[in-house]
Amino acid sequence: MPKTKRSKNTQAAQVWMILRKNPVFMIGLAILIVLVFCAIFAPQLSKYNYLEVNLEAAKQGPSAEHWFGTDDLGRDIFARILYAGRYSLSLGISAVALGMVFAVLVGAVAGYFGGWVDNLLMRLMDVLSAIPGLLLSIVVAAALGNGFGKTIIAMAIGNIAALARILRAQIMSVRDKEYVQAAIASNCSSARIIVSHIIPNAIMPMIVNATSRVGGSILFASSLSFIGLGVQAPEPEWGAMLAQARAYIRTYPHMLIFPGIFIALAVVSLTLCGDALRDAMDPKLRR
Amino acid sequence: MGRYVLKRLVLMIPVILAVAVLIFSIMYFVPGNPASLIAGSDATAEEIAIKEHELGLDRPYLVRLLEFLRNMFLKFDFGRSYWTNKSVTEEMVQRLPRTAILAGGAMIIAVLVGIPLGVFAAVHEGTLLDRVTVLLAVIGVSLPTFWLGMLLVLLFSLKLGLLPASGMKTWKAFILPIVAQSLGGISQLTRQSRSSMLEVIRADFVTTARAKGLTERAVIYGHALPNAMLPIISVLGGNLANSLGGSLVIEQVFAIPGIGMYMITAVNNRDYPIVQASVVIISILFSLVVLLTDLAYAAVDPLIRAQFAGPAKKVKKEESEATSNA
Repeated sequence: MPKTKRSKNTQAAQVWMILRKNPVFMIGLAILIVLVFCAIFAPQLSKYNYLEVNLEAAKQGPSAEHWFGTDDLGRDIFARILYAGRYSLSLGISAVALGMVFAVLVGAVAGYFGGWVDNLLMRLMDVLSAIPGLLLSIVVAAALGNGFGKTIIAMAIGNIAALARILRAQIMSVRDKEYVQAAIASNCSSARIIVSHIIPNAIMPMIVNATSRVGGSILFASSLSFIGLGVQAPEPEWGAMLAQARAYIRTYPHMLIFPGIFIALAVVSLTLCGDALRDAMDPKLRR
Repeated sequence: MGRYVLKRLVLMIPVILAVAVLIFSIMYFVPGNPASLIAGSDATAEEIAIKEHELGLDRPYLVRLLEFLRNMFLKFDFGRSYWTNKSVTEEMVQRLPRTAILAGGAMIIAVLVGIPLGVFAAVHEGTLLDRVTVLLAVIGVSLPTFWLGMLLVLLFSLKLGLLPASGMKTWKAFILPIVAQSLGGISQLTRQSRSSMLEVIRADFVTTARAKGLTERAVIYGHALPNAMLPIISVLGGNLANSLGGSLVIEQVFAIPGIGMYMITAVNNRDYPIVQASVVIISILFSLVVLLTDLAYAAVDPLIRAQFAGPAKKVKKEESEATSNA
């Protein structure tokens, strides 16, 4: 379908034109790029190994040698924060992405077929959304056990219901459009109609909403690690580092300050980008 | 209206039942046997089997599920802790008010600070003060609550010695956790109030109100704000619901023995009755908050109120779905 493809490109190009002129978006994007860069090039950016225990150098404050100081085991906090970024950022992003995959399955089937299938799936979503997201993730994380992949699944489940509802509503509004009728008339299979005609035309609102969830998802991941689920020691994660710092709050507050600043930077940058994207997609605000 | 509330309450029953079944099933399939945890690491297989039998863990899934549902919903008996053998219901009765004070207090502060701040920013749109408010609100939604809580402890308890760092001996102990918990809500409400106000502030009815010679205060709070309230209420409802979940974490920071501490300890100990009871109780509260949000919609918007009372059921249902999504 070359035609839909072209119109999609122009839409993306339009949005990018608007975003490019938005200083708030560019600031957010710049912070985000720096953080991602730090996470990717963590080994090159710090001369210390993030796992290397050095009890003689334990609990030092920030210095020229150790920029952010060292933790209770003498590990370099700067190095740990860089590596932790890998976990925290990828947890936040993958949890939303996986939630989106589930939501597409549920939303597409419910929205396209309607009837009892829709009813059943939506009641299931009612049940999922009757449990606060964090609580649901805690329980699922406890059930699945700790680990990176399992934590992503636990967090993704908290995103499904809201995203699936958005997609379903959008699908219902495009389901009766002429091009879908045309596809049905030309004997396309349901799967093909959903995948190549309906989803491309209905997915944008869900993607915008999902983008705005990534920041929250990073906060979420850090909360899970903070209470001892999620990423496990000795691997670093920003929330887990804060949990570890808690024991030394009286004596070595520097351990507490830096990981929190990085969480805040990541979430602020994503919030700024998410806001700008939402505004750029909103025809009401377009000039 | 009364009929509508009743209908919604009745509709909550199957959802909560399903939540209970879901949670029970998740806990049932959790790897890790509580009996062997309690019996200790050097227990023999026989000792573990005896403990399993004591706790009723050796019975089939369906039997245990039905018994769990019957006890919970017909006798309001949440069972006993595997570890301490204390009644979970009694613990809940003691702990629930503490969590409620935390979540409720945070919301009250969020409303009292967040909405006026958002209105203020909207009225002064484009000024330096507006920009500073917007920036602070973005930072406010981005800080992890538990980190903020620890920073507050560092400053007010450890450096200045003004407020207790943990526990709940005096009412003062609740100040820091409530403040930490409220920041996210304040920021969200500021953001939403500002943007909703900006949408109505140039509407004709606001100009009319000004032209009538009303004071600026009456124009903003009497005419503009009520018309900007709908999205603010939906953020507020979502926020209260989230603070129920968020207080789980903040209770850890301040060592407040509420439902959150109780549940997270139980998760680590595989103390299923406690986890199940906590999830079901929090979900009931959560659903009630969503219902209250929908009712608040009706209170501010005469259009929706008319739908609540009238026969236009279909429209109203979509409206309430839209709210619960928010």
